[in-house]
Amino acid sequence: MSGAEAPAATRYEAVIGIEIHVQLRTLSKMFCGCSADVASAPPNSLTCPVCLGLPGALPVINREAVRHVLATGLAIGSRILDITRWDRKNYFYPDLPKGYQISQYDLPLASGGSLAFDTSQGPTSVSIRRAHLEEDTARLIHQVDPDGRRVSLVDFNRSGLPLMEIVTEPDIRSAEAARRYAEELRLLLLTIGASDAALENGQMRVEANVSLRPVGQSAFGTRVEVKNMNSFRSVERAIGFEIARQARALDAGETLVQETRGWDDGRAMTYRMRIKEDSDDYRYFPEPDLPPLRTDPAWLETIRMGLPELPATRRARYQASLGLTPYDAAVIVGDQGATRLFENTLAADPSLPAKKVANWVTGEYLRLVKPGGSRGDGEGGGADGAAGAGTGGAAGGRSGSELRVQPAELAHLVRAVETRKLSGTNAKEVFRRHAETGESIARIVASTGLQQISDETALREAVRAVLEAHPAAVADVRAGKGQAVGFLTGQVMKQTRGQADPTLVQALLRDALAESQD
Amino acid sequence: MTAAVSTTDPTRLRAHEMARALRAGQLSARELTEAHLGLIERQDRAMNAWSFVDREGAVEAATQADERFDGARRAGPEGLDALPPLLGVPVALKDLVLQRGRPATAGSRILQGFVSPYDAHITERLAAAGAVVLGRTNMDEFAMGSSTEFSAWGPTGNPWDLGRVPGGSSGGSAAAVAAFHAPLGIGTDTGGSIRQPAALTGTVGLKPTYGRVSRYGIVAFASSLDQIGPFGRDVRDAAMLLSVLAGRDERDSTSADIPVPDYAAELPQSDEEGAASLHGVRLGLPRQYFVAGMEPDVEARVREAVDVLGQCGAEIVEVDLPHTDYGLATYYIIAPAEASANLARYDGIRYGSAARDGDVLGDYLATRGGGFGTEVKRRIMLGTYALSAGYYDAYYLKAQKVRTLIKRDFDRAFESVDALVAPTSPTVAFPFGARLSDPVSMYLSDACTLPVNMAGLPGLSVPCGLSNGLPVGLQFIGAAWDERRLFRLGRAYEAITASADWRALEPADLPALDDPSTPSPAERSSAGRAALDSAAAAV
Repeated sequence: MSGAEAPAATRYEAVIGIEIHVQLRTLSKMFCGCSADVASAPPNSLTCPVCLGLPGALPVINREAVRHVLATGLAIGSRILDITRWDRKNYFYPDLPKGYQISQYDLPLASGGSLAFDTSQGPTSVSIRRAHLEEDTARLIHQVDPDGRRVSLVDFNRSGLPLMEIVTEPDIRSAEAARRYAEELRLLLLTIGASDAALENGQMRVEANVSLRPVGQSAFGTRVEVKNMNSFRSVERAIGFEIARQARALDAGETLVQETRGWDDGRAMTYRMRIKEDSDDYRYFPEPDLPPLRTDPAWLETIRMGLPELPATRRARYQASLGLTPYDAAVIVGDQGATRLFENTLAADPSLPAKKVANWVTGEYLRLVKPGGSRGDGEGGGADGAAGAGTGGAAGGRSGSELRVQPAELAHLVRAVETRKLSGTNAKEVFRRHAETGESIARIVASTGLQQISDETALREAVRAVLEAHPAAVADVRAGKGQAVGFLTGQVMKQTRGQADPTLVQALLRDALAESQD
Repeated sequence: MTAAVSTTDPTRLRAHEMARALRAGQLSARELTEAHLGLIERQDRAMNAWSFVDREGAVEAATQADERFDGARRAGPEGLDALPPLLGVPVALKDLVLQRGRPATAGSRILQGFVSPYDAHITERLAAAGAVVLGRTNMDEFAMGSSTEFSAWGPTGNPWDLGRVPGGSSGGSAAAVAAFHAPLGIGTDTGGSIRQPAALTGTVGLKPTYGRVSRYGIVAFASSLDQIGPFGRDVRDAAMLLSVLAGRDERDSTSADIPVPDYAAELPQSDEEGAASLHGVRLGLPRQYFVAGMEPDVEARVREAVDVLGQCGAEIVEVDLPHTDYGLATYYIIAPAEASANLARYDGIRYGSAARDGDVLGDYLATRGGGFGTEVKRRIMLGTYALSAGYYDAYYLKAQKVRTLIKRDFDRAFESVDALVAPTSPTVAFPFGARLSDPVSMYLSDACTLPVNMAGLPGLSVPCGLSNGLPVGLQFIGAAWDERRLFRLGRAYEAITASADWRALEPADLPALDDPSTPSPAERSSAGRAALDSAAAAV
């Protein structure tokens, strides 16, 4: 960008709307009894007449999927209609076995609502237009067969999985906010248990509609749909790229076309997938195989009562009641395993200072879960940890379920450090061993002898021995060379194999030096 | 016309008589099944009522039935009582009822080669009731038609006159039951496809209340209108069969959880009782059902039947169903709209016939272009058009509103009458080809039946005499879930006309079925074929 020119971001305003599809967490598919556990199933092994679109097959609604959408709607403050309806969305494609998708057109389960979250520019919120329920398509696999021919294979395992589509209003103004919205929505869905919402395996699919308009103009510009963003980072990069691309094009006087573009992560650019010449006509009409769906108010109330504490509420509580910093609160709430560990550790010993527990969770625990990764940015599938400490594992990290951290043991550990029974350094080592083996803190401390020596009599003896053995250093201290105290402290620690309480050692050293001077 | 003959021929028995004889040990299921299979194998060349004869499956089911009878007999009278109602009784299935391991084409080339991997709900019900499925019957392609001429496998002849159609779309089942090829048949009725062929073949056919019988495993035509129902040679048999078919099925979300009576047990048990049951019954005669284009002699038979009912104690009142005239137009928006989506799955990718032509679009065009017949294509186009952006409100939405008005007409009528009585079809069976070149003339065959589907109500057609030697049907229409009353009325009408001359007559062309020189329906309808081809060229 040349120096004289104002950056695109100040000349144009980006208008972004996000559509997110998430596979809901159910045992069976949306309209049949086939298992929804398709992750490692051989192709076409989880199918039946219904999800294969055989003649004569009829759909039956999955109540659990409806419950998840209603719970989501309640969590984002949607209006829930008493009666909603199913519609057929008609189009031909080999991944759509019936030639239509059962979806919801004008009466979605949840209408309106909003989601609040923080960005680097401060707190913001996005209006949500609707959340509705539909069925997933089959998966197409394009390959070259042994004879060198290009073939397309269809795996119907995914066909009929329950999908929730959540559509925002065109409220979002930056790539970062788009990413943060998607992250916050994922966190919400994980928290209420509606979805495992992993982007990298397609459980959560983010599509963005991006257009630019000159700042101050109210009419929308030409909209481009961006797909194939398989991580939150990609969401931000793709939208950022698209904003810059459109700004360049507009600056050059080009006319943008309404199109669908895919994100190529390797080349860090979007590419044209297809041009939308005219609006698709899906010939929606009410699904005659399913009666309208009545939402029983009592059931809705049960769902409302069953909602867990939502992420935004929890972050606010951690700050207001527990005194955590906004950062720590966000990091802990941002990770399911971390949240459970934090909550359960405090529950195991309510007298512990929350801030200290938070330090352990955001520090040592998350370091083990995601070595080198940015904290609180999990994109992995949320697995339930055996110890109630499951965490979405980022690439290179381990899933929380591999760690065997027991909240009661962490409470024990924090308490030991607080009462100076364990040094901070040794405590980290003890924690690491506990996390890997699940062995109790007490046993680890006993077997490694890492407990802190706070017995003054024993330490006084060690100090005396060190002073005797290092007369030169003692002379240096007396000559005013303060750093020699550090050397002497180190020697005491060495002699006690790191178990001595260093604060106590320093105090005893000072006492001893002062005494011998007298 | 020939008089009823040969009481020793088991195929001439009614289904309930067969069931009784089997139980009494006077007849074996194997014997009964062989008698029917023999008739089919000998005669169907000249009638073409069957698209698949399942000799192997039928003989196996019959053999099992006989083993169960033997076992039960050893166990004593309680053992026999515990046996299912249709054990050993043969039945004909319309070629859109799925059976595991059996072909199902729904009369369409596009399903050629398709073998169902699963059973329809009613296939399970029939098996549990002990019925012996003889095979699958011919039909208009995807149940779209009123003559069975739109079958990819050639037309079916009417045993009353082999030069004429048996009606449709369930023409194969109707003809098979009329010709004694099976005592019971299964049909489906979307706009009249059970009742109209029942009328044209002199059989009894009932279209149940929408939701009464599960549609699971029935090849769909128009989901909000389709119902499955029985054919029999008398009301008792149809009633017995509906008790087997009806009831809630969790796999069909539109099937109702409403108790199913033992319909046959609720019938008047004697002719005297039947006649007496008419006293005080209020029957509505809808003015609008005596439509323009109705054959005078058909109207005469229907009015005579109504008079007889009145003479026997029923109170006949004229009623108005003012929106009847809009029935046909709205039906031909809603049914094709639903069909256009229901038939989208036939793409040659997973099953059925497939044609390959380069790319995905080419494959679709080749498979569907070659696989569907003229009438099906016409309806897919009608439905696609009615649902298209910009037309939806004017067509589909408006049709749904009119549908509500039609339903309201019936609701209002049933405030003052117990049931309606009306013609089933405005005409008797028509010759092959007579209506092929003019779709609307074919659609008018269902003018008196399709409003009943639009309202989701039950309708029963019973024979009420002959017009120039061809059967005429009388239709009873009931309030929702009131099949019991329709069967009782039908049985009462049988009772009060039990001694009518026409009741003793068998279909006139039965002897011709045994004559090797009789041409096949396809040969007879070559004129009709030519009309079909010219219609195809016009599409």
